[in-house]
Amino acid sequence: MEQQESVGVLEQKYSRRTFIKGVIATGATVSSTGYLFRGSPLLGAATYQSATERLITLNVNGQDRRVDVLPHETLAMTLRYKLGLTGTKLGCDRAECGACTVLIDGVAQYGCSMLTHQVRGRAVTTVEGLEDPDTGELSVVQQAVLEEGGFQCAFCAPGFIMSMTAMIQDNPNPTREEAAVALSGNLCRCADYDKILTCAMRAAELARSV
Amino acid sequence: MAEKLVGTDIAPPDLRAKITGRAKYAEDFRAPGMVFAKLLLSPMPHARVRRVDASRALAMPGVIDILRADEVPAREGPREACLTDNPRYEGEPILAVAAVDEETAAAAIEEIEIDFEPLPFVLDPLDSLRPGGPNPYVEGNQFSGQDGWSEFKWTAADFEAIDAGLMPDPECPVEWTKGDPESAFAESALVLEEAIVHQSLTHHPMEPRSNMAYWEGDRLFAFVSTQSSQQTKFALAGALDMDPENITFVSEYCGGGFGSKIAGTTIMQVPALFSRKIGRPVMLRVTRYEENYIGRARPGFQSWLKMGFLEDGKCNAIDLIIVQESGPYGAGDYNTAGMIADLTYTPQNMRFRAVPMYTNTPPKAAQRGPGGAQIISMVEPILEKAGRELGIDRLEMHRINAPRSDVRFGPRDTSLTSVHAVEALEQGAELFDWASKVQLSGQRNGSKVTGVGIGLSPYTAGSRGRDGMMIIRPDGKLYVHQGIGNLGTHSIADTARPAAELLGYDWDDVVIVWGDSSRGYPRSTVQAGSQTTTAHTRANRAAAEDALRKIRAVAASAMGGSPGAYRVDNGRVSGPGGTMTLGRIAERAIAMGGEYDGHVLPGDIHEQTVPAAQMLAGQGLMGIARDNFGGEGSIYSWVAGFALVELDEETGVVELKEYVGVTDCGTVIHPRSLGSQIFGGSIQGMGMAMTQRWVFDPKWGVPFANRLYTARPPGILDVPPDLKWGAVDIPDPQDPIGAKGIGEPPVGAGAAALTCAVADAMGGRCVCRTPLTPDILLAEIEGRDRGFGRLDQHIG
Repeated sequence: MEQQESVGVLEQKYSRRTFIKGVIATGATVSSTGYLFRGSPLLGAATYQSATERLITLNVNGQDRRVDVLPHETLAMTLRYKLGLTGTKLGCDRAECGACTVLIDGVAQYGCSMLTHQVRGRAVTTVEGLEDPDTGELSVVQQAVLEEGGFQCAFCAPGFIMSMTAMIQDNPNPTREEAAVALSGNLCRCADYDKILTCAMRAAELARSV
Repeated sequence: MAEKLVGTDIAPPDLRAKITGRAKYAEDFRAPGMVFAKLLLSPMPHARVRRVDASRALAMPGVIDILRADEVPAREGPREACLTDNPRYEGEPILAVAAVDEETAAAAIEEIEIDFEPLPFVLDPLDSLRPGGPNPYVEGNQFSGQDGWSEFKWTAADFEAIDAGLMPDPECPVEWTKGDPESAFAESALVLEEAIVHQSLTHHPMEPRSNMAYWEGDRLFAFVSTQSSQQTKFALAGALDMDPENITFVSEYCGGGFGSKIAGTTIMQVPALFSRKIGRPVMLRVTRYEENYIGRARPGFQSWLKMGFLEDGKCNAIDLIIVQESGPYGAGDYNTAGMIADLTYTPQNMRFRAVPMYTNTPPKAAQRGPGGAQIISMVEPILEKAGRELGIDRLEMHRINAPRSDVRFGPRDTSLTSVHAVEALEQGAELFDWASKVQLSGQRNGSKVTGVGIGLSPYTAGSRGRDGMMIIRPDGKLYVHQGIGNLGTHSIADTARPAAELLGYDWDDVVIVWGDSSRGYPRSTVQAGSQTTTAHTRANRAAAEDALRKIRAVAASAMGGSPGAYRVDNGRVSGPGGTMTLGRIAERAIAMGGEYDGHVLPGDIHEQTVPAAQMLAGQGLMGIARDNFGGEGSIYSWVAGFALVELDEETGVVELKEYVGVTDCGTVIHPRSLGSQIFGGSIQGMGMAMTQRWVFDPKWGVPFANRLYTARPPGILDVPPDLKWGAVDIPDPQDPIGAKGIGEPPVGAGAAALTCAVADAMGGRCVCRTPLTPDILLAEIEGRDRGFGRLDQHIG
């Protein structure tokens, strides 16, 4: 029940429709050829000044970061190419694989399908923000993955770890089947799903014992 | 005693970096002044570039330069260049543009005016074999280094047979025969004949083949996504015609390859060449869309198989013809397919014919279990069908036909080091409870029908003769230098375990050195064909034996007595003269110099190892050696897969309910990782057999299924939440460690267990085609016209 509610909230806030509306409102179009980032010389100063503010403050991993963001820039691109947070991976660019999953106010979201402007005023958490900033201690999910020897190539790991982090908040005591549903937005091409589920179950167990 | 390292679960040392985001894959590296390249891809499957006008693009603010095909190494014949003015598949890179950001580069690509002359193209190899059919190249459809291009066609009579649904008797450039198939078929109690189509499909590793490069003077710094490290550095040097010692090659992590990034990628040349041209670091971020085209694909088959069986179920003859879709640059795994058919069914009488055909579809390359996965997934249902017709239990059919260690197979009578396929079958049958599960075959639950199936899949699993290199430094730790890549198999760490165990090391005191060539690589295998586990447990063991000999000699020289009387354990060496730490031994080895600290090297190590060893000389006690352990015969591993499915006759959807995979891969080094390999490979095989499909528009020659969602690999909900695996765990007798590789064989096992289970759910009917998508199964169940020919490739 809880899960359903949070999905409902999500649809309101971050549906594909809002994403597209956001792009249209800021006067840009989504290019089919690539991702858009940096202060592109293509968009002369006049263009963006009339559209929207570019220098914005983002709350990422508990820190406020000032960053120059184009109106149509995706969060994954901002994180990777402006903030140096390359733990968030780009596997498909188009919401098909989940390698770019991050948390927005604790909810798992695809970083490739969020406009950076949409997350102003929200708390963004990436895989780099899971360790305790003071002690360097791993999060329970990371600890569980370490104990279970999780992942093979691990390109999908940051995304799965963020989805697991959201999962144990939403459903602290999942069955393996429920965990599979919670992680079904993430693709592992090594198909190490059995071990990933074992990691997720161990993470939930560790979280309950904290 | 130090802890036991072989056969235990130890998380690889790089796991912490992988789960905190610190692990750097190729696209995670940055360099000052880095710019971004974007590719212009061919919109046609075969064309010639007549004219390019980049003036508008080059005038755009932020655009730096363009890289054209005439600026990159060109290769004669059907061989791939990283950029071309003669594209031979839709999506082939024509040129690249560099700009200050990716958006500008992408926009500049759109501003380039380019005039293509469209040329005839071939998607389906049979079209090109037909008399008067089109050719994939202007010059023809067959190429030999000696004679150049020619045209090869089958006869009208061959196609009369094919079109009538019969097995043709065509001329093929590849042919071998053993025994007397014709007489053997005459003696068979049952002869089955099938036409088979196995699709091509893209590898789609999670990490696209992005890469970055820059130069400092004559030195190239390359950051590459690749399965192998040391070998890829030499491949890049070869492609660019430069001294490998002038490349600093970095490949710390690879987000999967599955055969598509063995010795790097063709596209890795673009940032290297472009950055040399413009004097700035160049990042080429490859998108998923681009990866679909340039990311390699498994070669497809169109095939005819005739299989004869004696009354007792023994296969006594095989006649196999494979037409292979080899793509524009000619990769082929048909020979392996023929070998594996002979190995797995031991017919004693076999004729094999093959014709590899160039096509104007994305380039092909080995994909996990190349050749073997295709043939096993196609032939296993036919073996099970024979069992049904002869009234023999299907498990028994596999057992009767599986080889033992004394097997000889293929045209050159290849022998193997060890075979425990029957043990794997028996252990699998027990874990799966075959005896009970087979009773569920055909059971109905509403519209759902249960089916069970078995897939037995072998593959090559090792090679010999590589170099190992390790150093015990004065800090007492063991530094194992690995030239193999870090593609997710955990082999960078696991292949060092037997060596560390021999030297009595605790795992915490072992440091794996890998990824960056400036840290020193020994000559290594390419990471393909499941070679690494065998090749590098052996090479590291050889180097550890060398280190042990030197430790004892140094100890004896320091403390007296004979070297052989000294023992190592827990970081110390002890003997008649007393005890020393290995850190002190390392210091003393440096003082002694010569062979002890690597200033004098063994004469038989590979020339590619020498510069790295010379660089590391003097840093501690060096163990360095070539693997001279020897061995007779090829090394093969096996997986027996067992699947239970439910086929919904109303929707055509197949749900996998249970799966068991049991392997014969010799000594188990890392159980948990082995389980991941068995499941991961098996599930990849299931994707190949069931969900991922390649569809082309026959009119324009362009692929429709060009993203993950249109050629969907299995997700977490496609596999049952509980799977089981096992290992026979019998050491290979011809190996000092006894371990064989495991990467390849599970793919065929998973695919075949599923194709057999689906056939079982359909009452034993073989569709003889992959992928078994719901629409294809529904047409088959309902007996409708399928809307495509029995041998058509790439159908929607």
